[in-house]
This record gives sequence, C-alpha cells and structure tokens, in this order.
Amino acid sequence: MKIVKRALAGTMESSDIQIVVEAGEGIEIELKSSVEKQFGNQIRKVIRETLEKLGVEDVKVIAIDKGALDCTVQARVAAAAYRGAEIKENYNWEVIK
Amino acid sequence: MDRLRRTMMFVPGNNPGMLRDAYIYGADCLMFDLEDSVALTEKDAARFLVYNAVRTVDYGNTEVVVRINGLDTPFGKSDIEAMVIAGVDVIRLPKTETKQDILDVEAVIDEVEKKIGKELGSTKMMAAIEGPLGVFNAYDIATASDRLIGIALGAEDFVTNMKTKRYLDGMELFAARSQIVLAARAAGIYALDTVFSDVDNEEGFRKEVEFIKQLGFDGKSVINPRQIGPVNEIYTPTEKEISKALDVKRAIKEAEEKGSGVISLNGKMIDKPIVDRADRVLHLAMAAGVYKEEFGDEK
Repeated sequence: MKIVKRALAGTMESSDIQIVVEAGEGIEIELKSSVEKQFGNQIRKVIRETLEKLGVEDVKVIAIDKGALDCTVQARVAAAAYRGAEIKENYNWEVIK
Repeated sequence: MDRLRRTMMFVPGNNPGMLRDAYIYGADCLMFDLEDSVALTEKDAARFLVYNAVRTVDYGNTEVVVRINGLDTPFGKSDIEAMVIAGVDVIRLPKTETKQDILDVEAVIDEVEKKIGKELGSTKMMAAIEGPLGVFNAYDIATASDRLIGIALGAEDFVTNMKTKRYLDGMELFAARSQIVLAARAAGIYALDTVFSDVDNEEGFRKEVEFIKQLGFDGKSVINPRQIGPVNEIYTPTEKEISKALDVKRAIKEAEEKGSGVISLNGKMIDKPIVDRADRVLHLAMAAGVYKEEFGDEK
C-alpha cells in the first residue's frame, strides 16, 4: 500500500491516539505519549506491525498518544494509512487485527 | 426467548474510551453506533475502531449490537462486511421502512458469512423503526428474516416525521409503540423502546420505563450509564412477584399429582395465561440472577 497524501486519523481525547501519515522512506515513527516512558516502545511496535501487515513500506508517522489501547492504535493506524493511500473500499479486514 | 434485553446502551462508535469501558455498567446489550453519532468524515475511522474493539475486548455475556449506516449510504455495505467479520452478535438497521430493507441487508450478511466460512444465519439482526411507513409495516418487517431478534422504536426521527415533538407523557408515541409491540409479539421477537434524552430527569425516565413495561416492551434503549440501574430494577421481578409465581407453579404441580382437572390457588382459578405469566416471571428472575432454582427443584 502506497501513501500518496498526508492523512490523519484519531483525536487528542483521552484513550485515543492521533496518527498522521505522510509519504516517507522506510517506516519512520515520531511518537509523543503521556505514557512514553512506560509504553513508548510498545506503541511504536504496534504502529510498525500494523503498517507492515497493511503492506505500507514507506511512510512517516507522527503519533500523539493519549493512553490508547493497542486495538485503538491499530484501528487509527489502519484508518490513517487507508486514507493516505486513498483507498475507500475493499479493505483487507483480515490483516487489520 | 429468555435472554435479557432490558437495557441496550448506545455507545458512539468513534470514541475509544467509551468502547473500552461501556461494558462495566451492567447493560444487557451494548449498541455501538456507526450511524448518527459519527460524523460523515469519520465513518471509516469509527468502523476500524469498532471492528478492533469487538475483536479484542472481552464483553463477556453482554450482547454486542452494532448500528450500521443504511445501504442507501456509501458506508452501509462496508459496515456490514466489517461487522460480520468482527463477529458482532447483532447488526441493527436504522430507519427500516419495509420488509425489503431487511432482505437487502440480509443478502449482504449472507454473502459475507459465506465468503468467510461463518455459519449461515449466525449473525443476528434487529431493525429500528423510525418513521410512519415503518410503523405501518411493522409486522412485515418483524417477520422478514429468521435472523431478526427484535424491533425497536426510534422516536426522534419518528416525531419529526409526524410533524410533532416529544412530550413527557409520550402520547405522540402511543400508536407507534403499540403497533411495534404488537408486531413483535405476533412475530415472536423482542420489542425495544426508544431513548429518553433528558438524562437529568430521573423521575420522568422512570415513569416512561414503567409505562413501556406496562405496554409489553422487553426493554429500553439508554444513552447514559445512569439510566441502566432504574431500567434493570423496574424490569427485574420483585420478591413478591417471584413468590406468587412459585405459588402458581406449586398449585399446578399439586393438582397434577392429584389428577385434578381444575386448578385453584387461594380460591381463584388458575388458567393457562396465568401459568404462562408465572413462567415468564421465573425466567426473567433467573436471567436477572435473583432466582436460582429451576422450578423442578422446588419441593
């Protein structure tokens, strides 16, 4: 899946995570989190794995986490990636979770 | 038909915190909403979020219902596909007007279940009736599919369509409520009432719940955890009702043992409707966890 435009998903509300994707080289993740010290590595890992499952190879991700569960991180990354790839139907549900 | 559906709590589909915490308040059913509570620009994001929540969070015995967007929108088909794959218990159709609306959604569910090798018919459906045409067609809607577990009144759209508004006494909804509960009973499925929006008016809310229980509804849609307690309480049989139901069952048992054709309790004749009501009270009480023993164990 190729990111062709900058796209955003998620909010800055508690328990959510805001994900911005834009075209990049390789997978680059910039994370700000209220629980960075405790969960920063785990959040980065979930973002990376979700992108890999979706087949996104070149992307820059800017993530602002407000204490999201892993399943929320996955959902927001998928939403942002599909938006960035301008795919609006025939999602591959089996790989999203 | 003994699953409790006293309370169905609406949860906006694009709110991760609410999706995570919704089950702790003790509603019998949770209804994750992809329709009116989600902005048009966020339909895809909400769908991903609800999909992942359903696949990840253990909601225990709470029934998980998802309100999809209609098939007349660009979102309906993807909503159905995602929710069937996610494994929701029930897909709820908004603004159901005709039997064909049910058949159209069912056809998409059939297709997805076949595609992913899921047991055909395992995804259940319910229909919200929100306009005068739907109310007129309530019985046709209620009997349109074996997947249907219930029909519900959606009053906000209904009163707008009827050129009125909601009043505290609910007279503007009386005909629709009656028609919906009659249709559900005739079809052998559940009837669920609409939301009561003024969360701070507990007295008005309780009156409405007592009224819809009187009409025969199985439960009510709620929009705030604070509304769950009063509905569950009003719908759970009291000790007195349970005790009376047990007396009826004992009287029948005694009469059967004596070979007596006529059954009486405290000088009053007991006939089939009374026995059926006693059975229903005991079923509800057992489902609500306030009565443990099957009647057969009673001495």
